[in-house]
Amino acid sequence: MNEALIEFNDVVKIFPKKDGGEQRVLDRVNFAIPEGKTTVIAGRSGQGKSVTLKLILGLMRADGGQVVVGGENVAALGKQGLNAMRTRFGVLFQGSALFDSLTVYENVALPLRERTGKKEDEIRAIVEATLAELELSGHESKFPAQLSGGMRRRVGLARALQLNPEILLFDEPTTGLDPVMTQEIYQLFARTQAKSGFTSIIVSHDIPRVFSLADQIIVLDRGVMDVFPSTEAIQRSEKAHIQEFVSTTMGALYQSWLVE
Amino acid sequence: MLLEKVRILGNTAIYLLRDLGGMGVYLLHILGGCGKRPFRFRETLRQTSFIGFGSLFVICCTALTTGMVLGLQGYYSLHKFGAEGMLGSAVALSLILELGPVLTALMVTGRAGSSMCAELGIMRNTEQIDALECMAVDPFRYLISPKFIATLISVPLLTAIFDVVGIFGGYLAGVVLMGVDPGSYVEGMRNSVTNHDVNLGIIKSFVFAVLVVWICTGRGYFVQQIRGAGFGAESVSRMTTQAVVLSSISVLVFDYLLTAVLL
Ligand SMILES: Nc1ncnc2c1ncn2[C@@H]1O[C@H](COP(=O)(O)OP(=O)(O)OP(=O)(O)O)[C@@H](O)[C@H]1O
Ligand SMILES: [Mg+2]
Repeated sequence: MNEALIEFNDVVKIFPKKDGGEQRVLDRVNFAIPEGKTTVIAGRSGQGKSVTLKLILGLMRADGGQVVVGGENVAALGKQGLNAMRTRFGVLFQGSALFDSLTVYENVALPLRERTGKKEDEIRAIVEATLAELELSGHESKFPAQLSGGMRRRVGLARALQLNPEILLFDEPTTGLDPVMTQEIYQLFARTQAKSGFTSIIVSHDIPRVFSLADQIIVLDRGVMDVFPSTEAIQRSEKAHIQEFVSTTMGALYQSWLVE
Repeated sequence: MLLEKVRILGNTAIYLLRDLGGMGVYLLHILGGCGKRPFRFRETLRQTSFIGFGSLFVICCTALTTGMVLGLQGYYSLHKFGAEGMLGSAVALSLILELGPVLTALMVTGRAGSSMCAELGIMRNTEQIDALECMAVDPFRYLISPKFIATLISVPLLTAIFDVVGIFGGYLAGVVLMGVDPGSYVEGMRNSVTNHDVNLGIIKSFVFAVLVVWICTGRGYFVQQIRGAGFGAESVSRMTTQAVVLSSISVLVFDYLLTAVLL
């Protein structure tokens, strides 16, 4: 396996509860994300998948252990270091996090305008190409509030892809999209990955399909992470909660996908 | 029981200190953001237009009525002593030293400060600020410093307009309505208002501008970290209220302090 790009060493994340107790979202979690590979993080709702992504980006601090990105401990990075680290990422937030007072075009153009010295007509060409690829042509001058949920997701995706990131962090990229669009997004991933060979981390509930992209699958359950090299390995796992996960979340869907 | 009370008191004190410290660091970040390239010139202009030009009507209305009230009130008070000739100087000094800077700052807080707070609060709650940080775009340079500079430009100018319109309002009430001699209104003003008074007014308006934009954007930016703010839409509305109240009170407190120190 290649060198690990992102590593979690005994990471603990605790949220205080109102009654004074605590919720351990991540409990001494260990995993490594190899370079140039696709990792899928799966798990039931509320198990800490989005929190994991925020820890990687340094948007949240771990309460124990180390988050290491590119050999550097995220908690020890200063503002400059964090910025340098973050420029390597393309991020799609679960709620898309579009700038709601900017148009679709301005949203997608923002990273190019702010981070590169490109001329406006160059930027326009790039943005329009990306929007066309995601079937958003003709919606450039709309505002996020005027879009459907799936369209917002795609604009977020377009924005995340702008700076040719080395590492993609996608929080549920296809939730709210129809099956055809979902398929196309995955094909887009495959194409871009073949072209630029990025590392990607995808959080998804779209289990059978996203697993076909994955080089590694992480299942998160009650603060514990299990890492599997393939879908078959998940099925072969003897841990009770994994089997439960397989039968409840993947069961029927997975079977139908195997038959295909 | 007593111990519990001491604990709560201590916790609150620590929380307040931390909040204040956080706000101090926040102000440094804003100042840092003003110096970072590329400078967002158009956004700064847009904000100046919103905060400054957008407040012009409110400021003129407030100034005119305030000036007229001052003129009328002043006339009746001075008339008792036969000192109507002092009217111009009384009106001008109260406006330039106190009412102009203070009322302008309060109007800007209500009109622009509240909206800046709500905007940043919503951006924080919908992860838009996180998204900026993830693109390595400094949210201070991009969002907050333009508002800061715009407020610093707008508030002193609005104060100047407030003073002029207010003095005109005093003229309307005192001279046109009550029949004070126009020459003595203008002459009295000219003789009593010194450069020092004008400077003090300008200093006040700059200090108030910093207070307003600092507190209002700060409450929005830290919406998720402030105790008792709650969550979501409610947290934004509570913080907006808190921003307006805090900023208004600090303007009044600083008005007293500045007057005491500088007059
Ligand atoms: N800022 C926060 N403050 C307190 N608790 C939080 C915070 N963010 C997340 N949590 C808690 O952490 C847990 C994990 O949240 P997270 O958003 O990571 O779930 P998720 O796995 O992404 O779920 P979903 O699939 O529904 O998006 C949840 O129980 C949530 O209540
Ligand atoms: Mg999530």
